[in-house]
Amino acid sequence: MSSAERLILLNATAIMLVVAVPVIVLTLAFAWWYRASNTRAAYRPDWEYSGQIELVVWSVPTMVVILLAGVAWIGSHELDPRVELHSDAKPVRIQAVSLDWKWLFIYPDQHVATVNEIFVPAGAPIEFMLTSATVMNAFFVPQLGTQIYTMPGMTTHLNLLAARVGDYPGLSSHFSGGGFSDMQFMVHAVSGPQFERWLDSTHADHPALDAESYTNLARASSNVGLQTYGNVDSMLFEYILKATAPLAPSARSEQ
Amino acid sequence: MSMHASTADAVALPSVIAAAGAGGPAPVRIVVSYGFWIFLLSDIIMFSAVFATYAVLNGQSAGGPSGRDLFELRNVGTETVCLLFSSYTCGLGSLFIERRRLSLFYAFFALTFALGATFLGLEVTEFAGMVARGAGPSRSAFLSSFFSLVGLHGTHVTVGLLWLSFTVAQVAAKGPRDFVLRRLHCFSLFWHALDIIWVAVMSLVYLMGVRA
Amino acid sequence: MTLGKLTWSAIPFDQPLPMVASSFIILGGLFALGLVTRKGWWPYLWREWLTSVDHKRIGIMYVLLALVLLLRGFVDAIMMRSQQAVAAGGALGYLPPEHYDQIFSAHGTIMIFFMAMPFMIGLMNFVVPLQLGIRDVAFPVLNAVSFWLTASGALLVNISLVIGNFARTGWLAYPPLSELQFSPDVGVDYYLWALQISGIGTLLAGINLVTTLLKMRAPGMSYMRMPVFCWTALASNVLIVAAFPILTATFGMLLLDRYVGMHFFTNDGGGNAMLYFNLIWAWGHPEVYILILPAFGVFSEVIATFSGKAIFGYRSMVMATMAICILSFMVWLHHFFTMGAGANVNAFFGIMTMIIAVPTGVKIFNWLFTLYRGRIRFEVPVLWAIGFMVTFVIGGLTGVLMAVPPADFVLHNSLFLVAHFHNVIIGGVLFGGMAGYHYWFPKAFGFTLDKRLGLVSFWCWLVGFYLAFMPLYALGLFGMTRRMHHYANPGWQPYLIVAEIGALVILGGIIATVAQLVVSIRTRQFRRDLTGDPWNGRTLEWSTASPPPHYNFAVLPTVDSLDAFWRMKQRGRLEFPGKFHPIHMPGNSPNGFVTAFFAVVTGFALIWHIWWMTIAGLACAIVTLLAFGWVERADHEISAEALAANERARLRRTDYA
Repeated sequence: MSSAERLILLNATAIMLVVAVPVIVLTLAFAWWYRASNTRAAYRPDWEYSGQIELVVWSVPTMVVILLAGVAWIGSHELDPRVELHSDAKPVRIQAVSLDWKWLFIYPDQHVATVNEIFVPAGAPIEFMLTSATVMNAFFVPQLGTQIYTMPGMTTHLNLLAARVGDYPGLSSHFSGGGFSDMQFMVHAVSGPQFERWLDSTHADHPALDAESYTNLARASSNVGLQTYGNVDSMLFEYILKATAPLAPSARSEQ
Repeated sequence: MSMHASTADAVALPSVIAAAGAGGPAPVRIVVSYGFWIFLLSDIIMFSAVFATYAVLNGQSAGGPSGRDLFELRNVGTETVCLLFSSYTCGLGSLFIERRRLSLFYAFFALTFALGATFLGLEVTEFAGMVARGAGPSRSAFLSSFFSLVGLHGTHVTVGLLWLSFTVAQVAAKGPRDFVLRRLHCFSLFWHALDIIWVAVMSLVYLMGVRA
Repeated sequence: MTLGKLTWSAIPFDQPLPMVASSFIILGGLFALGLVTRKGWWPYLWREWLTSVDHKRIGIMYVLLALVLLLRGFVDAIMMRSQQAVAAGGALGYLPPEHYDQIFSAHGTIMIFFMAMPFMIGLMNFVVPLQLGIRDVAFPVLNAVSFWLTASGALLVNISLVIGNFARTGWLAYPPLSELQFSPDVGVDYYLWALQISGIGTLLAGINLVTTLLKMRAPGMSYMRMPVFCWTALASNVLIVAAFPILTATFGMLLLDRYVGMHFFTNDGGGNAMLYFNLIWAWGHPEVYILILPAFGVFSEVIATFSGKAIFGYRSMVMATMAICILSFMVWLHHFFTMGAGANVNAFFGIMTMIIAVPTGVKIFNWLFTLYRGRIRFEVPVLWAIGFMVTFVIGGLTGVLMAVPPADFVLHNSLFLVAHFHNVIIGGVLFGGMAGYHYWFPKAFGFTLDKRLGLVSFWCWLVGFYLAFMPLYALGLFGMTRRMHHYANPGWQPYLIVAEIGALVILGGIIATVAQLVVSIRTRQFRRDLTGDPWNGRTLEWSTASPPPHYNFAVLPTVDSLDAFWRMKQRGRLEFPGKFHPIHMPGNSPNGFVTAFFAVVTGFALIWHIWWMTIAGLACAIVTLLAFGWVERADHEISAEALAANERARLRRTDYA
């Protein structure tokens, strides 16, 4: 996960352990010391209230919660998926579509598309627009940060940034049917020049992706491997949005 | 009935304690009404979920007709008058049976039935008309939520009319015995609650839908 | 007379897995029925159990249902664990995805709706009237109907093993996957109808117990003299009444989509799947508090009793319980932080979720200080309680962790989430159920359970739980998501193998519990509870015989303090009542059993689109309702002399103890 989320996890855990560890230790300690066979232990059968203890047991959790609430408020705003990330490099826009059961990634500015793999320049902000062509899914690259749902007929937004060159595995994290476990993809963060070379080679000799070839792609299948498309219709994403969630009720085969 | 309070279990208690509901189990009449109230509250929550759905989906006409195209307020007005007046007659009928004036009870409950049936007839006609015009519940999300919300209320009215008939038959066959009266009381609570829900339906669905 | 969609191909003759599983269940069922027939037990069963409206009998049947379905749900769990333990790298495991997907859906559905819920409702049913010092719940016949409707739902889910298939959508059946377009077969329909039917049963049980707790308590038992278990039962049942109607409405809408072609959650026609998420979790979050609150109540009773001390901070326990009840309705969005609602909305719900940790923490501290300066006897129930206190703190911690939205962004739907909710449900609800089972068993049956096997069961569950779920926390942090049939990263496999071992250790615990029951019954003459108070208890149920007479109390006790029975013992006030009055108790009723029969028929018919059978089943159910509603409930009187004789006999037994 990204360093920001890791920091939040560690901080929040540490804050809570301050309370949790003593409670666990005291539970075991009291259970052992006050066992019936220990005649040295005090026995106060009617002691059932102490104002001071009440004060502590209400205020300690409250203070922990106030602290964590601050972490939650600030973190929710700073790490919201819609927050744009900034770096010196030019952002790359990717339109991600979850299909049954593979991922289609369209580069609207470069007019190329890939299935089950992403190439980006390391250090460049990636601006995702996401939708689903079938059922709900979720786009997740654990090492890069936040996941986000993909929903048919709707667009969600996510901003990620791969700071270092490397390969980052991704998957769908929302169960979507029989081929769900095959919805795995790889994010290749490469150097700037390498990215340009990849773009050139993609334009050169790969098939086009228009409405018709998209229909072929969208048919239910798993384990399709990697595919690349060199010439992508610029309205494809809008087309997918409308086709997936048509306004008028579509005819369905009778049961 | 020793499941509930009886003289056998009566104990002299400080009035404060007794007032806090701790005078022992309440009489069966109270327990039954209270339980039915709790059921009615749960029913209202079910309606709330369907109302919330309507609120979310009522803009989704999917290119089809919207409330403005379909709702006829005169019809809704007639339905409302019928239903609200039927609550009044139901209330009167309940008062009369409490005073053991059975013929007036039968009369006012017959009137309640007639008014409820009129409401239902008007609503069914409205639904049939909409379906015939291609504005049935499977046309769009708006229509699905409309039919289910108003239809859920109508289903409750239908069940109420069946219950009404059954209760009147019980009174006729067994007379105004305690257990019959308890259940009659539950019926009138039910019938009045349907009124309250109808007021919400009328306002949020029809009055607001026509303006939108 | 067509049979709708039902054909011979609905029975999966070509698939060994469901055939073997169904054979097990069918043969087991036939064996049980055959045994009962041969021994001539049918009249006894019909009279004493199937038509009983006694809250004690119904409570026992609920718990029995829960324990049986625990076995079924656990078999699903073991299959899931074994599949994941082997399906690493390129391996695909032994379960085809279409089975694996049904298995994890059935596992969640069964464990929540047909194990945890009946377990808690059963305990509340048995204990609450006894603790309140009264003779039964407000509506005994309705109580029986509730139980049998729950059992009907459980039966329908298990029928899906033999005829047709179950849902492949996960235990909440999210659309659009659960819509007709993507799940055209009967699986989702089995799921929906089973839960609609049992949901009605649960709602009726909630109404029943709320009315009982608020309107029927022994003389002198004001609210602040109710045992803590009754307070948690009240909060839990208030939540049932408030939340289950939402479930009914939501499933109703999904059913309308699937059967009539409406567009609540479909992709086309303007449907909105996000609406389903909001509605289902508006039910779903209160649901988990419905489950945990009675368990908290059990622990309060058990810890106080076995420490020989009053519960510490009774007032704040009550306030914390009601605070949890109310707050549980304000947090539902934390189940889908990653849907993209925006920072303000996410932060609001995250903070609301954390706030629940405050009253929960208060409860833990109060239990801690009940142990403090007590004299703790290590009977099996209090071991479960101590195990709970340690385990639940960890589970609660991970829950608050995920309540921080950016943390949830990387942990949502991962195995970390799975570990968290099993942590709190097993460590909380299951441990509470086992504690309550062991604690109240002697009251229900007149003899205690074998202690040694109880210890074996406890330690197996405790160790097994940690082995099975701690690796899942790690895997979630490594990025493994839930519900994976197979996975590419072989580095994850060792953790999943440890988890499988943990599941097998838990299996040992379950076997120990079954063995404990068998052994305890066989050797019951050595562990008879003759006094009715085997644990030196504090609350009124321990003042009755074990098992109590069906009227519970010959004379309703007059209560003047908290821990009423404890006070009575301290003052030596256990004298024989001077005067008895005749009492009336409700008679048996086949209403519940018959209604359930028609519910199963109607549900099955709806699932397979057998319309004539649907109408027939529904008509019969309505006729049943009307037939039973036409007559006044048949009660019988118990004379004062009979009461006196019973109580004298009990006194003699106690003297011999």
